[in-house]
Amino acid sequence: MSIQLNNVSKTYHLKGRNVEALKPTSLKVETGEIFGLIGYSGAGKSTLVRLINLLEKPSTGTVTVGDDNLTELSSKDLRIRRQKIGMIFQQFNLIESKTVYENIEFVLKASKYNKKDVPARIEELLNLVGLNDKSSINAANLSGGQKQRVGIARALANNPDILLCDEATSALDPDTTKSILNLLKSINRTLGITIVIITHEMEVIKEIADRVGVMSAGEIIEIGDTYNVFSHPKEEITKDFVQEIYNFEVPSQIKETPENQVITIQFLSENAEENYLNQLYRDFELSISILNGRIEYIKEKPLGFLMFQVSGKVEEIERLKTHIDNSHGIERVGYIG
Amino acid sequence: MDNFSQLWPLLYRALLETALMVSISIFFAVLIGLPLGILLYITQHPLLFKIKPLNATLGWLVNIIRSFPFIILIVAIMPFATWLVNASHGPVFASVALSIAAVPLFARLVESSFNSVKDGVIEASIAGGAPIYLIVTDVLLPEAKKSITQAITLTIISIIAFSATAGVVGGGGVGDLAIRYGYYRYDTLTMIVTVIVLVIIVQIVQWAGDFISNRAEER
Ligand SMILES: Nc1ncnc2c1ncn2[C@@H]1O[C@H](COP(=O)(O)OP(=O)(O)OP(=O)(O)O)[C@@H](O)[C@H]1O
Ligand SMILES: [Mg+2]
Repeated sequence: MSIQLNNVSKTYHLKGRNVEALKPTSLKVETGEIFGLIGYSGAGKSTLVRLINLLEKPSTGTVTVGDDNLTELSSKDLRIRRQKIGMIFQQFNLIESKTVYENIEFVLKASKYNKKDVPARIEELLNLVGLNDKSSINAANLSGGQKQRVGIARALANNPDILLCDEATSALDPDTTKSILNLLKSINRTLGITIVIITHEMEVIKEIADRVGVMSAGEIIEIGDTYNVFSHPKEEITKDFVQEIYNFEVPSQIKETPENQVITIQFLSENAEENYLNQLYRDFELSISILNGRIEYIKEKPLGFLMFQVSGKVEEIERLKTHIDNSHGIERVGYIG
Repeated sequence: MDNFSQLWPLLYRALLETALMVSISIFFAVLIGLPLGILLYITQHPLLFKIKPLNATLGWLVNIIRSFPFIILIVAIMPFATWLVNASHGPVFASVALSIAAVPLFARLVESSFNSVKDGVIEASIAGGAPIYLIVTDVLLPEAKKSITQAITLTIISIIAFSATAGVVGGGGVGDLAIRYGYYRYDTLTMIVTVIVLVIIVQIVQWAGDFISNRAEER
């Protein structure tokens, strides 16, 4: 189901001071996609997702989910509508005094799920998230990853068409993060649920998001297909996030001069980097030494970076640059290093 | 009094009176104070049932009753208590005032017990589309079970302390025995024995309360 924000904004009033957490923003999330939002702390990410299920009331604008304008619903209708919008949280937010089973049962009670179907439904959900043997364990006694799995089962209990994830993996270690992201991906594929995921971690976005929005100071400053945004970042903050995964820095002992330059290139597909380099070694009278290189897979598509140092005649270096610029699928990047 | 055989019948009677007063008062304290505490909490919570005027009115009422010195409260509600229990002295009569004092105390303790429930859990319940009554019965109460049990313990002990003053309306009880015989008549034996008995009662209540609240947590 699609989500449409129309000129939605949120201003908090704090002791006579106004905090504009979200500037007027319009956004459409398409049915069945995984939409990621990335931004630093305080950028307004949580505010934006919480506006989607109206945990925060927008100061202006409308929120439409599917055909329903949520901002116009009565509080009872909104409550019922929320049963079809799942949400998971950084701190999991389970009822710690209750068992795994009772935690899921809670939302089924909320939707007046047919009582005699409840046990079967819970078993089905626990199977889906891989916790069939944990049904009678107290939520307080689970690991972080297991808690998030219960959170997911709870969020999916009433067959939502949308799943909102507020930093769902930020409290988890890298391996657990991966497994939770894989679970979310498979839920998206098999159940066709539209997912909005917010995070400050690039790793999460590159793993899972079809499209990404970059947030800063209450605005979405850049938005698009995840691969395009990361291969051609426009805004400084987006470039910082790309830097973060490639972790490139020009070694400080290198003094750049016209005869001695550092060049970073990016490979936009499985263009064999080896061959390309060999060709450069062969065709140019330059000394080329590799400083750093890395391939990352963004939504399973490779994006490689290679940083090298070239020294030799200025004209030869210029010729090399022109050659690179004319090569298909290969680009020089100015912002890295 | 110079020996236990004289004191024993009095003490036995006083114990029964104390037990009666505490039972009646804690019953009403929970019966009325628990919903009142819930109401105090949910009417100030932005995600639940925030109604500022209602919350302010309830809070004001609770504070007024709580600020009355107990002896003045007893006197002030005397006509009401007489009408209610159709008597003008005795432990049941005293229990009216004790209940009225215990209700707002317990309500406030319940309200603050809920403050230990994480906002995130409430938020997740709202996001899941749960109605408020379900959040109260299935989230707030179970999550605050331990501190509500402690609140009951504390209220019982407060009622025992208040009940000593209830002697002025013939409520009787162990505390009253201590004051009447021990304090006014300089009867050292009675004074010492009753104080020891009171200490033991309070200890037992506290131990029992801790035991139950720890079990509530472990499950
Ligand atoms: N309830 C609130 N009252 C007042 N200000 C708030 C409130 N919630 C958020 N803010 C402010 O709004 C801004 C955006 O907050 P938000 O929580 O949306 O950021 P975020 O991008 O989710 O950050 P983080 O990564 O730290 O979670 C911040 O400046 C924050 O202080
Ligand atoms: Mg946040």
